Amino acid sequence: MRALRSLAPFLLGAPVFWLVQCYAPPTLAIVLLMAGVNVILAVSLNMVNGFTGQFSLGHAGFMAIGAYTTAKITLALGDPAGGVPPWLWSNGVFLLALLAGMGLSALMGLMVGVPSLRLRGDYLAIVTLGFNEIIRVLIENVRWLGGATGISGVPPYTTLVWVGLAALATVVTAQRLLCSTHGRAMLSVREDEVAAEAMGVDTVGYKVRAFALSAAFAGLGGGLLGHYILLVTPKSFTFVKSIEVVVMVVLGGMGSISGATLAAVLLTGALELMRGLDQYRMVMYSLLLVVLMLARPTGLFGTREIWEFWGAKKKKAAA
Amino acid sequence: MSEFLQHIVNGVSVGTNYALIALGYTMVYGVLKLINFAHGDVYMVGAFAGYFIAHAIGVAAEGYEPSLFNTALVFVGSMGVCALLGYLIERLAYRPLRDRPRLTSLITAIGISFLLEYGFQLPAWAGLPIEFPPGPSPRFFPELFPRTVWLEVWDVAFSNYDVIALGTALALMLALQFIVYRTKFGVAMRAVSFDPNSAALMGIPVDRVISITFALGSALAGAAALLMAISHPRIDPLMGMMPGLKAFVAAVFGGIGSVPGAMVGGILLGLSEEMVAGYALSSFRDAIAFAILIGVLLVRPEGLFGRRTSEKV
Amino acid sequence: MSGAVLRAEDVTMRFGGLTALSKFNIELRPKELVGLIGPNGAGKTTAFNALSGVYAPTEGSVILGGVRVNGLRPHQVCALGIARTFQNIRLFKNLSALDNVRIACHARGHGPLWEPLLGTSGHEVREGRMEATARELLEVMGLGDLADAQAKNLPYGLQRRLEIARALGAEPKVLCLDEPAAGMNATETAALMSLIHDIRDRFGVAVLLIEHDMKLVMGISERLIVLDHGVTISSGKPEDVRKDPKVIEAYLGVEDGHKALDSEAA
Repeated sequence: MRALRSLAPFLLGAPVFWLVQCYAPPTLAIVLLMAGVNVILAVSLNMVNGFTGQFSLGHAGFMAIGAYTTAKITLALGDPAGGVPPWLWSNGVFLLALLAGMGLSALMGLMVGVPSLRLRGDYLAIVTLGFNEIIRVLIENVRWLGGATGISGVPPYTTLVWVGLAALATVVTAQRLLCSTHGRAMLSVREDEVAAEAMGVDTVGYKVRAFALSAAFAGLGGGLLGHYILLVTPKSFTFVKSIEVVVMVVLGGMGSISGATLAAVLLTGALELMRGLDQYRMVMYSLLLVVLMLARPTGLFGTREIWEFWGAKKKKAAA
Repeated sequence: MSEFLQHIVNGVSVGTNYALIALGYTMVYGVLKLINFAHGDVYMVGAFAGYFIAHAIGVAAEGYEPSLFNTALVFVGSMGVCALLGYLIERLAYRPLRDRPRLTSLITAIGISFLLEYGFQLPAWAGLPIEFPPGPSPRFFPELFPRTVWLEVWDVAFSNYDVIALGTALALMLALQFIVYRTKFGVAMRAVSFDPNSAALMGIPVDRVISITFALGSALAGAAALLMAISHPRIDPLMGMMPGLKAFVAAVFGGIGSVPGAMVGGILLGLSEEMVAGYALSSFRDAIAFAILIGVLLVRPEGLFGRRTSEKV
Repeated sequence: MSGAVLRAEDVTMRFGGLTALSKFNIELRPKELVGLIGPNGAGKTTAFNALSGVYAPTEGSVILGGVRVNGLRPHQVCALGIARTFQNIRLFKNLSALDNVRIACHARGHGPLWEPLLGTSGHEVREGRMEATARELLEVMGLGDLADAQAKNLPYGLQRRLEIARALGAEPKVLCLDEPAAGMNATETAALMSLIHDIRDRFGVAVLLIEHDMKLVMGISERLIVLDHGVTISSGKPEDVRKDPKVIEAYLGVEDGHKALDSEAA
């Protein structure tokens, strides 16, 4: 019964995603798929930048770890063995590979979390950016990982159902975390590190945990992306990509899960409408960032969730 | 031996460049506690400003006679453009956010940086006297004066470019050191850096000090860009990204807020990059700076010349 | 000796050349209410920071329930039984009053991280228990109706009370209050002092109370320790301390040169 309740979002979500996959027009399906990946990235970055109030600029580095790990595994286990039906084999391998990618990314997150023991704010931001670039340069120098050209011929395993479920898993994890004592411990780190420490919160431990968890889901996003564009190259994971994700989180409001989700979907949609104007894409991102910071530095929703605004409005109307 | 010497020469030349850019970071961080992410892009704008000025005064034209006046004009013009840009960025993007959390300014700085980088890659607007924005493909900086070899030691050539770059850089750093420690403005700047609120109460025009600091730092970035463009004439809108980040590393390495620290940090970083790239793994060049950064921050976060600070409870 | 919940032995704090606290000794028995007083800048807060792990003492040792805690991080010290408030209120401003207290309950009440992610029953039981504890503490501190209010929106006096509720959430053996009455008027202060007395009885905690206003603590403290320039100049029963010439001098200043010479000779 309890297991059913904790799995409910997925049991409800799966058929919906499947229906969308079957009946949505291809162009819409593409946008939805990219939006889903971006939701995974934004919501997971929010665990570090929003919940714990640290500032990571290295999300793409974790995506890279996930993407490479996943691609390596699915390529190695490409052919069904032992009479397993191909659809089951490919999806099973994909699941396994994604989990491995998440695991390795999380491990990397732990390693990056370590400098955060001593650094705050802008220094931490620069160090995570540095890690991002180091990961990229290291990958470029490993021939086994395809060097600067990367890995091509990645199998097309990513479907809308996969992305939908993964995005749902990210959002549900973030939400359950936030409503738990562990989530509150993370928030206390954001609010006042000294006080949190004095109240018995292991602030370093929670920063590291937030980094690891966030990195795991970034790895998931990276793995799904690689198996959709069928190509994994170091160029997809520069800190420019990290900043794209930061823009989504900042736009939604740091700390707001629904804000990050909505911002990811909106930005993906907006970019789709601007297709063909690719050169304006980053200009738009940067303008948005500057204007947003000047006009509404807390993002669309601040640290609150969308429904809290709705509730507040109702209360006001009632009063 | 000659190879080693060559690496030293290259390292110092790249390093002084980092040092000049690092000075801008250090000064701005000193007064505002803000990593001016856009600083590397001011450097890029400096190179393009020099490029357009040089073309306007006919440096690229057939039969151009090198003249000291024209060279100085390009330098001063480009430094002026950078100073103005730095002033505008501070005035429009950072000042309105000064009382907000520091991360807000950092995000804005990233935004400005990307705006310059990608804005410069857009196709040129019609109806402008110059081809602006310059677009994504690289341009070649015209030769202000020909390269001549002045000295040769163990097959290593020291050209006038090397000597001029090093000399100019050192002169600018000394001038800055003089301004910071020997002038009234320098006292004001250090006061603002120490505590802006008290400085304001003592009658120091904090806003003006910050504006001038930005202008000064940006002008140095412009000079750095030209010194680089003379010997490496290929310029493009993304050219500021890596030197900007690395110069920041140099500033942290030397101890942020310290003028001699920025110089030493820059030169040490340039040398280590050149040595590792030359003798070990050339393709790891871009990772070295960040490895140094992480190492420094873990072992001695205040840098070589910095002072340790702790949070008061 | 074994009766002490908290003992500091010759704790010295130096910052560069400055000795902020020198050879500080204290022994706190269970349920004891001790006042730590002294003029501004006497080193009271430094003593607190050294006891609660914010600073590692330069010399000496802090022993909490038989365990030497200096060098441990503040959250570890807290887990061993010290909770504190801050002179310049450090609440989690954007969180609700309830969350502020629940965060302090975290250390004693949390399970593994994966529990909430899977939504296990153990997690729900723990959360329920934490919420009940937190609500009870808010009730005790007179904040029962304000559980959902954001901490930063509470009036100043209530913020101070919320800080005490939060400190109690950590289930300490020793409660350190750093000028809890600062900025309050006389009525509020009196109410707070009697509340502190009640808390001590109700939760059985030893209380170490910093205050620079001597009159306030006289009434409720069983013992006083007086600091001046980092040095313990007097300690004992309130009525004895009040008469101590060194204390009077530290508070009232030196009136003539002879007196200063006398005290230096002594």
